[in-house]
Formats: sequence, C-alpha cells, structure tokens
Amino acid sequence: MNDRPTRTTVEAIIRPDAPAELAPSRVRRRWFAVAVGSLAGAMALGIFLGPAGLSAWGVVTEAVSTIPGIDAGPGLTDRQADILWKIRLPRVVLGALVGGMLALSGAAYQGVFRNPLADPYLLGVAAGAGLGATLAIAYGPDSSSWPVEALPVFAFAGAFLGVTAAWSLGHASGAGRNAATLILAGVAVAAFLTAAQTYVQQRETETLRQVYSWILGRLATSGWHEVLLILPYVVVSSVAVLLHRRLLDVLAVGDDEADTLGVRTERVRLVVVAAATLGTAAAVAVSGLIGFVGIIVPHAVRLVAGTSYRIVLPLSLLGGAAFLITADVAARTVASPAELPIGVITAFLGAPFFAVVLHTSKRAVQ
Amino acid sequence: MRHRPMTLALALVAALALAACGDDTDSDAVPQSGDRPEETAEDTSPDSSDESDDTTTTSDGADGGAFPVTVEADNGSVTIEATPERIISLSATHTEMLFALGAGDQVAAVDLQSDYPPEAPDGELDAFQPNVEAIAGYEPDLVVLSYDPGDVVESLELLEVPALLLDAPADFDGIYRQVEVLGAATGNVGGAAEVVGQMQTDIDQIVADLPEHAEGLTYFHELDDTYYSVTSQTFIGQVYALLGLENIADEAEAAGTAGGYPQLSAEFIIESDPDLIFLADATCCDQSPETVAGRPGWEGLSAVANDAVFVVDDDVASRWSPRIIDLLRNVAEAVTTFEPAG
Repeated sequence: MNDRPTRTTVEAIIRPDAPAELAPSRVRRRWFAVAVGSLAGAMALGIFLGPAGLSAWGVVTEAVSTIPGIDAGPGLTDRQADILWKIRLPRVVLGALVGGMLALSGAAYQGVFRNPLADPYLLGVAAGAGLGATLAIAYGPDSSSWPVEALPVFAFAGAFLGVTAAWSLGHASGAGRNAATLILAGVAVAAFLTAAQTYVQQRETETLRQVYSWILGRLATSGWHEVLLILPYVVVSSVAVLLHRRLLDVLAVGDDEADTLGVRTERVRLVVVAAATLGTAAAVAVSGLIGFVGIIVPHAVRLVAGTSYRIVLPLSLLGGAAFLITADVAARTVASPAELPIGVITAFLGAPFFAVVLHTSKRAVQ
Repeated sequence: MRHRPMTLALALVAALALAACGDDTDSDAVPQSGDRPEETAEDTSPDSSDESDDTTTTSDGADGGAFPVTVEADNGSVTIEATPERIISLSATHTEMLFALGAGDQVAAVDLQSDYPPEAPDGELDAFQPNVEAIAGYEPDLVVLSYDPGDVVESLELLEVPALLLDAPADFDGIYRQVEVLGAATGNVGGAAEVVGQMQTDIDQIVADLPEHAEGLTYFHELDDTYYSVTSQTFIGQVYALLGLENIADEAEAAGTAGGYPQLSAEFIIESDPDLIFLADATCCDQSPETVAGRPGWEGLSAVANDAVFVVDDDVASRWSPRIIDLLRNVAEAVTTFEPAG
C-alpha cells in the first residue's frame, strides 16, 4: 500500500482548511444519521402507502407476526398479505437498489470525469440499454424459448456495448488524460445508438407502447425476481466504487498531482467506470430509464454535506435509495389505481427538490 | 407476424405525453384551408375544403351514392367530388370497414398494420410516420386515417386530396357513424347500412342469449404485461358494458389522465380480484392463463382459481371494425361458460 497516499495527506490537499471546520468524522456521522433516517422514512412510506388500501395496523401486525413465536393476530387477509409481501415490499426494495445504484454511479462518474454534469446515462449506457431493450421487444425470442427473460439480458448487453464503444472511441482520441474527450465520445455514441433505436421503433410500430413504457421507467416487479436479479451486481459495484472513495478525492485535485501521489489514475478510472456501469446497466435492465437520480442526488449531497467523495459516495447511495422509493410512492398513489411513469415523477420531484437544497445551502453559507 | 395494434399505442403515447396539447379531434379543429368558404345550402358547418366552384350541392349521403357528398369526420366537413376509385387506408380498422361495406375494390393501398381481410392489398405505407409524398404517389382520390401526427391532413388538402380522419370512437354509435361516413364517402351507402344493421342484429342476439349470472361480474381487460387496461369510456370497454360486466379499471377514470387507457398497478388488480380476466396480449407479449397464474400474488385470484382467464385476439380487441362483434361473441361465450366455484 505504499503507492497510496495516507488519509491525512489527502485530507491536507483537499481540505487545507479542514481544522477550521467541524471535524470531518463528526460531519460524516451527522449526515449519515440524516441519510439513514430518510431511507428508513422512505421505506416506511413505501410499505404503508399504495393503491391497495392496506391498513397501517394490519401491516404492522402482519410484520410482527413474521417473527417466529409471535402471533399478533390476523392483521391482513391472505390476499392483502400477498399484496404486501409479493408486490409492495419487493417494489420498495427494488426502488432502494435502483435509486441507490443510479445515484452512486452518478457520483462516481462525476468524480472520475471531474465533470459535475456526468451521469450514469452519459457514455452511451442508457442509449445502449435502450437499443437493447427495443431490439428485445421487437425481435427478441419468445419467453417460452428462452430460459430467462430476454429484455434485461438485451438491455444489459446494450449498455455494455454503449460504454465499450464510448470508451474505445474516447481512448483512441487520447482520453487517457482528458476526461472531456471521453464525455464527448459518449455523447456521440449515445446519439448514434439512440438513432438506431428510433429507427427500429419506427419499423416496428406495434411494439411502440412496450418500448415507450420501458423508456419512461417503472419499478413494477414480478415478485422478488427482479430484486434477486440485480442484487449481486448492485452489491459488487457498490463495494468496488466505495472502496475507491479516497482515490476519487485524489483524482479531484488533478491527474498530475494524483500521479505524484502515486495514484494510478488510469487504473482507478477504469475500475470505477466499469463498476458504476455494471451497476447502472443492471438497474436499467430491470427498471428502464429513470432519469435525474444520478445527477440530482449527488449534487444535493454535495451541497449540504461537502464535496469529499468519502462522504458523497455513501450518502448518494443512501439518498438515492430514499429518493427513488419516495418517487415511486408518488408514482403509484398520485393517480391511483393507475400508475404514472416513475421517470416523469423523478423529473417532477427532482427539480424542486434540487431548488430547495440550493436554497438551504445558500442560507447555510451566509 | 406480431401485429400490435397501433392505435392503442398511439392513444397511449398521446395520453402519456402529459396532455401537452389539446384534443385536436374536437369538432372545432377544422382544417385551415377553407379560406374561400363556398356558400352551402343546408350544411350547418360550411367548411368545404375544396373548390367546387360550379355546384355547391351537398348531400349527407342519405340518398345513396350521390356525389359530390359532404361528410363529417374528426377533421371537420369533407367534400368528395366523385366516387373515389383509389382509396388509401392508413388505418387497419378502416381497411376492415371499407372491405366489409363493399368498397374493397376501390382500395388502392393500405398501411403496414392493415392485415385483414386477406384480400386487402399488402400494406406498404407507414401510418405512424406517414409520408405524404409516398401517399400522393398512389394518386389517391380519398385517404382514410385514424391518426395524424400533425400535418398529414393539411398537406393532403394542399394537394387537394380529401382526407378523412376517424379517431377511435367511445361507443358503438361512434362505430356505426364511422361505417356510415365511409359508406357515404365511397358511394356504398347501402353496404354501410347493411353492415350496421347486421352488427345491431348480432348484438341483440348475443345479448339476448346471455345467461342471467353475467350481470355485475367484474373483469380486467389486459392490454399488455405492464397492466395497461381500458376503461368503459373506450369502444373496447363498451363491448363488456353491453354484456353488463363491470370494469375494475373504471376506478382509474377518476384520475382521468390516461384517455381511457390507464396503466393499473398490480396491487390494485389483485385487491379488486376480478371475476374474469381477458388477455388481449397473448400475441404481443406471450401472455396466457398459465403465465397469469404464475405471477407472484396472482395465483390466489378468483379468476385464476375458477379458470376464468381468457385469451382474446390482440387485433380484434384493438380495432373498432365490424369484427368487434367477434370480440363481443368471445366475451359472451366466456361469460356463459363461467361458473363461480363453490
């Protein structure tokens, strides 16, 4: 571990004025408590609210009854219990995984590219997944002839194709030292893939609604299937990204400086981007394109809790989870019993939420 | 071949587009080309969109094949000068209607989705992104469409090609009206009357043969495996309403933002526990009574337990053509065989 800067070195470089502030660990602890609290609150909201009017007391007794040895009495009918365990709860958990993953990836991309506007959907991830999903819906194999559902597989492959193309293109143009080149390559690849997707859609108009429904994003699950499908990816990529949180702080000061500190910038970039993309691709494959989470959440975190990636990354994970669960509660209750596309909700909630955070942080500065 | 009904997709796209623009199928959305409105004798909405400078005789088609004829479509009053011999249909529904009422010989070209009846020409035109040049290339003297992305009707008017925009109606009266409009516009008033009469006779027969237990049964009509459905405000919902069935999706009508095609949440469907489930997504989305029974939380539904999950033809259940009677008949059969357990 000789080639890694010690924590204090990094701290001194990133935050030369650190001693004047609150001790970083205390800042972290305070915001962690807030983030965990929001996530718990959002989960409670997600479990208690829904189009099926399950009584709060019923849900509580049902939950208590699952503890071995305790029978709190019949809180819910069998059907209501089915709704709670097989429909609502998996959806809340899926929301947490997808939201957390998207926000964490957004923060990671922003760190790697030193670009505050970077987002998981940059670098052709979303466009690639979109093309994959469209192909799966239009020409994919019947679910009967394939052991697994085709759509997530295609979307996942598309996401990887997109990011690989962007990476190769950017790399060929010397993006090793220049993050902006990589982002431009991503934009070009995304535009191309989106065009291809639109072309396929125009040829196969009978699949239009399915593609459209997927593009707007939805967290609807078929039980725990989707959760189990993406859980391993989310865990692996979250761990990989979080392990690099200090190195991202070093990258933030510039490649040359990072080099002198012995950080292999190229390798860090590759690992973090690969991990973030893996997680995003998995999330996108099951939930469609849910925008704004990857950009709004990390920024909100940065505005209130500081810019160190040691704090931004984990808080984005928790905050993204809480945010998307809340957005999904809105998606399934606002027009109940009809659903609204969650992508629309995240856009609606995202902007005002961001404005409030901006306002709060301004006041804090003054 | 999988033919996903386009009209429903488009209705949804329109509904989901956050109602960004007003409903342009209202009767006040008349074509803008009537800059020289001719004097018309009895027509209450004198918006003849072409230049009949010698005669202004209009007829509502009641006297059979008399031309010129003026008909009311969703794009306003349209006057057709002479019996159209080269009709283009950009709507699968209206292709079926044209053939049913005896105007099949006059149909020169259809869109990609028009796959019925078998004697219809092979479709080449894209109704979702209509290309006015391609349409004009067929030298049509009448164009029928159920969806206009914005400027097709207007462009056709510039080319002096009469176009009838006929959107999805809300009920059977709307369907009959469209058949009659097409009959008048193509000089097949008698054929249209026959089709409408036959439809009404069939409906009366089917309803009369219905067992008593049908009244008040609840149902869920599934458009695709993301639980898009229809309310009773749509022509599909009207089929079930004729049989006295109750639609669980009607509760979503209060939210009123989906134009009759709401996406229901799984929670709500399970809680509603409909007596009957109709799958109009067997072709598009590989759904079947077995896949429904295999959905988490659905295995305990009464419809699953009572074998009351039925497949209906995707295409028939999305077009308001005379074949809608087939859907009615299928639903009536399902209701007849339905036996609540216990």
